[in-house]
Amino acid sequence: MSEQYNPRILGFLCNWCCYAAADAAGVSRFQYPPNLRTIRVMCTGRVDPAFIFRGFIEGADGIFTGG
Amino acid sequence: MLTNADFLSLEGKPGDFTAKVRLRPRYIDADSCTACGLCTQYCPRHHVDDYNEGLSLTRPIHIDYAQAVPATYYIDPESCLHLQHDTCQICVPVCQSHAINFDQKPEELDLKVGAVILSPGFGKISEETLEKYGYNRHPDIVTSIEFERMTTASGPFMGEVKCFSDGRHPKRLAFIQCVGSRDLGCNNGYCSSVCCMYSIKEALVAKEHDPEVDITIYYMDIRTQGKEFDKARERAEAIGIKFVRARVADVTPWENRLQLTYSTLDGKHYFEPYDMVVLSVGLESPRDARGIAEKTGIDLNRYDFCETSTFAPLTTSRDGVIVAGAFQGPKDIPESVTQASAAAGIAAGMLTKQRGQGIVHKSYPEEQPMDEEVRIGVFVCHCGINISSVVDVHNVEESTEDMEGVVYHTDSLYSCSQDAQEVLKDKIKEHNLNRVVIAACSPRTHEPLFQETLKDAGLNRSLIEMVNIRDQCSWVHANEPEAATDKSRDLVRMAVAKARGMKPLPEQTVPVTPRAMVVGGGIAGMTAALSIADQGFETLLLEKGKTLGGNLGLLNHTLAGDETAKELKKLVARVQKNKKISVATEAELTAISGFIGNYASVISTGSGKKKTEQTYDHGTVVLATGGHEHRPGGYLLDKNSKVMTQMELEKRLAGKAKNRAPSSVVMIQCAGSRGDDLNYCSKVCCNHAVKNALQIKEINPDSQVIVLYRDMRTYGYAEDAYREARLKGVVFIPYEIANKPEVYEKGKTLHVKFFDSIMQEDMDLTPDLVALSVGIVPEGTEELSKLLKAPLTNDRFFLEAHVKLRPVELPVDGVYVCGLAHGPKPLDETIAQAQAAAAKAAIPLVKGFVSVAPIVSIVDEEQCIGCSLCASLCPYGAIEMIKVDKKRKARTIAASCKACGICASHCPTFAITMGGFTNEQINSQISAFGDVGEKETAEVS
Repeated sequence: MSEQYNPRILGFLCNWCCYAAADAAGVSRFQYPPNLRTIRVMCTGRVDPAFIFRGFIEGADGIFTGG
Repeated sequence: MLTNADFLSLEGKPGDFTAKVRLRPRYIDADSCTACGLCTQYCPRHHVDDYNEGLSLTRPIHIDYAQAVPATYYIDPESCLHLQHDTCQICVPVCQSHAINFDQKPEELDLKVGAVILSPGFGKISEETLEKYGYNRHPDIVTSIEFERMTTASGPFMGEVKCFSDGRHPKRLAFIQCVGSRDLGCNNGYCSSVCCMYSIKEALVAKEHDPEVDITIYYMDIRTQGKEFDKARERAEAIGIKFVRARVADVTPWENRLQLTYSTLDGKHYFEPYDMVVLSVGLESPRDARGIAEKTGIDLNRYDFCETSTFAPLTTSRDGVIVAGAFQGPKDIPESVTQASAAAGIAAGMLTKQRGQGIVHKSYPEEQPMDEEVRIGVFVCHCGINISSVVDVHNVEESTEDMEGVVYHTDSLYSCSQDAQEVLKDKIKEHNLNRVVIAACSPRTHEPLFQETLKDAGLNRSLIEMVNIRDQCSWVHANEPEAATDKSRDLVRMAVAKARGMKPLPEQTVPVTPRAMVVGGGIAGMTAALSIADQGFETLLLEKGKTLGGNLGLLNHTLAGDETAKELKKLVARVQKNKKISVATEAELTAISGFIGNYASVISTGSGKKKTEQTYDHGTVVLATGGHEHRPGGYLLDKNSKVMTQMELEKRLAGKAKNRAPSSVVMIQCAGSRGDDLNYCSKVCCNHAVKNALQIKEINPDSQVIVLYRDMRTYGYAEDAYREARLKGVVFIPYEIANKPEVYEKGKTLHVKFFDSIMQEDMDLTPDLVALSVGIVPEGTEELSKLLKAPLTNDRFFLEAHVKLRPVELPVDGVYVCGLAHGPKPLDETIAQAQAAAAKAAIPLVKGFVSVAPIVSIVDEEQCIGCSLCASLCPYGAIEMIKVDKKRKARTIAASCKACGICASHCPTFAITMGGFTNEQINSQISAFGDVGEKETAEVS
């Protein structure tokens, strides 16, 4: 059996929408893959493109921004 | 907040009521319940889920929905085994926080209140009415509310639309409008106002789920009269949703499908097969309307909604009792929210004497000076078994042992419990902690609690970071304990990295100038000014013209029969008599600077040589600049004296001339509106036409009145007037925009040519008079938009901060809007909206200060190069450019800043930073994300 690809994904979540939605997903017990590590920001407008580059440098296989 | 409560009686007078309330037992101690949901999982009994319209099952012990407030479970005694049969009690030992309490008894409370706001909402249309359309005869005939639950992603079917009969996805879907509305058969003569719009929304959602589904909406008139609502209809048509003007006679089961029988305007009958039929149910008066009326002593109208009047739309027949929302009349969310604000403002105006009484201010110990050394305490929560049944809490806790800066770590069963808060305080002192990381649930729900504890312990509240290992970890990775533990460790490591960079942030407050300014002296502006003055604050009322009154002065009477001149006179007298209101006529706002709580406006009054300028300092501003009739081209308006607007016709009808109600009148609706010159519906013109038509019939019953319309939008109770007009012989004929009526002259005769869709033939009439129902255009919005940096819609009305939830606020803090400048609307809605804007504008004035969240942006002037990129990007106008030593520098207006960080992420010199979200902090989080070396090494070995 081939090894499953397990990407490490870094997420920037807006406090008001995506972070709240992620909470709601939890309350509703929706199950999703555990590959995401999140950073809460007050708005995705806070996300400097440099954060994204740094995320890749630090080994992220993908970057998710939810806002 | 008292939920699960019944209102029993009301004694006393305004300012001094006693309301008797009965609290039903919820059998769960609300203070202890952590809303973990374990009890529901163990409860053995089924219970029909009323919240989901009975489409799914829950348990007697449950919470209605995930976002319910308060987030506390309750037991429905109707189906609980213990409460019905004295058995079971499985939930008692299951609950880790010992919140179940079967000993709770009903409790009666006597509440001392100054005013009462009634907002019981609306009721359901009876099944008897639904059964006329086959409901209960076939499972695939559903109500729109059931359909709404079905299409909801968090609903019982997770958004999947399927037929109840056999589970197939419907390919053909029909909506039937006006079920239980505009129907004297069930004594609901009114229009429910919201069903057209919600049906379009539901149809759009259904189409989103399955683009192949074929949807038809059967309607009488599409009443999307709300602001920007017509655009939704256009969008629906563009993606292939069909609209058919027809009455549906019956829905009958036919093989495994449903057959719709309907007739169209031309009198033809049709049959169409569908997989599913949605009944667009109207809004009924609340179930216990009469009980409420009896207990509070208020009058109901003929439909059992609360009786109010045009000029006091929220005032009930009992002093001190105010109404808001659908109980006042069917209405949508923005209007309900508007009325709620207005009602709160009216109540506050009644209780100015009692304001501030009974408030206890909490005191905190002084903040401890910060050590240089970073001393972090990490607290990992089990949340009963919510986290620890999936995540290895001890492993996560142990993983922090060697982290830089961590001097203490522990776990707790419930970090949010009262005793855990005490432990937290003790540990902060014992270990001299100066930063705290709590790995538990969501900061969105629990951060304020922990911040409070930090303050109690003498720490600045910005020194806490929460890690969400419940909602965003254990709950969503329930079957992957190792991966969830792994994720928790990573998230805690990232939080600790961020915590190392945390600094105490100052709590700022900005004082407020306790005065308001209202721009515009029409009905909206005057109402707002009075409302603010009633609450005890000085108000400057600006009017561009020579006198107060605006459009109200141009009307004669309202559809409900009020004499507008009389009402206007009363209102102007009240404004002029009020010592707190100063009126400036022939006045104009020429400049405004500042921010919420601290505006300075330059006002010029008079004209020519007498023109003077003065500056006025105020805390908030209400925009009520109004609007005026649009004068469309193409209908011979202003070219032929027999063509006039409805406003001009009203004036003529109110006059004394003998022939003021001529023997033949043609009215043309939407003249210049809805895709003609203007793109929108002006909401009031249909009512205006009906009002004038009735007046003509009153004066001259023999007059032939023909109304050419696209959709008669006499929503709400105005439907009664529409029906009356038809009974009195006014003829209503629909037309299509592609085939507009044509007004032309032949010699001296005025002609109207149109296609009669009922007779199916072209008509050419020569009426004595043509009345045009023209739209409304806003006034002064473009200039003010520039002055205030407040956005406009494409139609040049002010754009609210949130269309549904903040309908009278503009995105710029401290600026509020009401009346026609917000969008076309009738008098009662204008008045309620003005009261709402005033209520909102008074909040900062009452508080006396504006609190600034510590997380706002800060500009480092040394590094700022004055490029003003940040100022141009800030959506809240919260950055100003100032001169410091002759150099341009940006500066945050803390009171307006919403902490979004757009400025910080765009600053080319990194001169802007965000409190609690600095570049250093976020970068260290990202580095900690990448810091997996140890673990990977461990895996290899």
